[in-house]
Amino acid sequence: MNFKRRGTILITLLVSLLLVISGCGTKTPTATPTPEAAKEKIKVAFVYVGPVGDAGWTTAHDAGRKYMVEKMPNVETTIMESVPEGADAERVITQLAEKGNKVIFTTSFGYMDPTINVAKKYPNVTFMHNSGYKTADNVGTYFGRMYQARYLTGIVAGKTTKTNTIGYVAAFPIPEVIRGINAFTQGVRSVNPTAKVKVIWTNTWYDPAAEKDAGKSLLAAGADVLAQHQDTPGPIQAAEEVGKFGIGYNTDMAKMAPKAVLTSAIWNWGPFYVKTVQSVIDKTWKNDQYWGPISDGIVDLAPYGPMVTDDTKKLVADAKAKLVSKSWDVFTGPIKDQTGVVKIPAGQVMSDKDMLAFDWFVEGVDGKIPAAK
Amino acid sequence: MDRLRFKLEKRLTPSPVMVFIIPLVSVLLALLLGAIFLSLTGQKPLAVYTIMFTDSLGSKYGFTETIVKAIPLALTALGVALAFKMKLWNIGAEGQLYMGAMGASWLPLTYPTLPIYFMLPGMVVLGMMAGGLWALLTAIPRAIWKVNEIITTLMLNYVAILWVDYLVFGPWRDPKGSNFPISAPFPEAARLPELFNSRIHAGLFFAIALAVILAIIFKYSRWGYSINVIGSSERAAGYAGMNIKRNILLVMFLSGAISGLAGMAEVSGIIGKLQHGISPGYGYTAIIVAWLSKLNPLAILIVSVLFGALQVGGYAVQVEGVPAAVATMLQGTILFFVLGGEVLTNYRVRLVSRNGEERK
Repeated sequence: MNFKRRGTILITLLVSLLLVISGCGTKTPTATPTPEAAKEKIKVAFVYVGPVGDAGWTTAHDAGRKYMVEKMPNVETTIMESVPEGADAERVITQLAEKGNKVIFTTSFGYMDPTINVAKKYPNVTFMHNSGYKTADNVGTYFGRMYQARYLTGIVAGKTTKTNTIGYVAAFPIPEVIRGINAFTQGVRSVNPTAKVKVIWTNTWYDPAAEKDAGKSLLAAGADVLAQHQDTPGPIQAAEEVGKFGIGYNTDMAKMAPKAVLTSAIWNWGPFYVKTVQSVIDKTWKNDQYWGPISDGIVDLAPYGPMVTDDTKKLVADAKAKLVSKSWDVFTGPIKDQTGVVKIPAGQVMSDKDMLAFDWFVEGVDGKIPAAK
Repeated sequence: MDRLRFKLEKRLTPSPVMVFIIPLVSVLLALLLGAIFLSLTGQKPLAVYTIMFTDSLGSKYGFTETIVKAIPLALTALGVALAFKMKLWNIGAEGQLYMGAMGASWLPLTYPTLPIYFMLPGMVVLGMMAGGLWALLTAIPRAIWKVNEIITTLMLNYVAILWVDYLVFGPWRDPKGSNFPISAPFPEAARLPELFNSRIHAGLFFAIALAVILAIIFKYSRWGYSINVIGSSERAAGYAGMNIKRNILLVMFLSGAISGLAGMAEVSGIIGKLQHGISPGYGYTAIIVAWLSKLNPLAILIVSVLFGALQVGGYAVQVEGVPAAVATMLQGTILFFVLGGEVLTNYRVRLVSRNGEERK
């Protein structure tokens, strides 16, 4: 090929590239904002740790975002998905603040310090960090008492198991996950005192294959119901494949494994997002640490699968009524730890502070937490 | 009947024009393909590319963040390049980075009150030692029994990452952190100074200094020459009286030490504590960076910046509504074309018949 021809091809390519790019750029019509809408547009951004299609944690948050967009036409949202919790998070949050977002929701624990760092530089932006404990003048935290929903799913699992072994695929040994396992186990043993909850740590939030494998090994160890604290439906799919049962988490996972899913412990972030953004617009926002109970509806149970008996549903409804009325909470003594030592004496209720720093398992859990120094 | 087949033939001397034009055309072609894909999925390619550029190289903040990302990439790539020069396939830079981060973190977590002039040098030494010794674990069986280092270095990555997890979930957990899996924050004396009023930290000097030192060693020193000879032919090097075993141990140790320094720079310069997930895979990307730079230390600096830009820009496009998966695909496309173009710079494709005759 001589140079002249090569040159021609190059130029042709360049021109076609420009054409495609510019063509595409102008082809999509931009919606002309109506004067009304333009008046009070507020930009809100979400930082997600997984992809919006994980069918779990991030999907639940994104459903909340969509709910908000539907209810609040003046809100314009930007999402950043699959953002790692290391050095990248701070840059991503900074760029969102830089691009004029007025409220930024950072939806994973690992974004705590990056959120605080960026918030210092953007005092006029409101930051809401999900699941952490640090606040600042313009940083609030929010979370839900998922342990209450987990207790209820524990009742369903405890009534369903035949082998009296229930598997629990868990991400990381942090207080949130430990609290969930304990609440679930309390639920199980409230209806089935001889059942055990076997825990496997995966050391990942989002790894469909690893989560499924962990589920398989629990099934192989004799479990006939699987619960999970993971971001994907991997474990319950493992249960479905061998005709066993599972409890979903984050979103209603019945679609992923219709024959296996008894129910799911779900997040319902939408109303909270609406309320928060509205309070920023109304200038009534405060840097609270919101930990929403089941009575707020931020955590709940998904509809039951057809295999769940009316007897079980009745037990759950009774327990839920007690939780909603706040006459009783999950960690009310007497509660023993794994070694049989009474940690919460009869009549005492565990404080929020202790619950948020949970580092021991209740009696009935078969698993280990790495020891601190 | 003669059957036709393609044959890759090495070019004796890639023409200097091609060396510049091919990568350029490769990137353009990648962008073109990306543009087609983006427009098919309802995005605006021009807007996407604009933001990809402005948020990585075309704005002050974006550029500083690109450098922030380039520092660990350059350091791990330099470590990898040193081993590759001797055809020691160290793909364990990721694990060596983690061990370096751990070694460096030990000092401020154990003696938080040390003064800065003792703390930072101490962290550098400990980080490099930890990374180097971790690599040495694979060099010893390689030198004595010729155990394949590709497998051992790769496997030790998982061990190192889980080891750091173990520490932050267990013994090194911050007692004041409500049982969350992060170490206590480092004292100010354990933080590398920040430069230019940005997140760029003094690790930048480590990368530049090491690149210059390695360039000099490769080009002018006797030791650099012997690494090269051992890499080309162990047997020839043996005849020439070079100590192969000792060099395997030494090169692997230094290679790991440099990646360990990358880990030290990340925890000290950027994160300020030890935690899960300190590297999003720098040690793996480093292999591509080193390869594309043809193991040239100075080229590694430049290629690292370009890779940093690609990754920073890759995230930024999500602002335009591009899903993360498509953003990653876009990065992959660019990389694929550049690597493909790289092959064409050095090889030419010929259509030949079975008996070796060339078809015009």
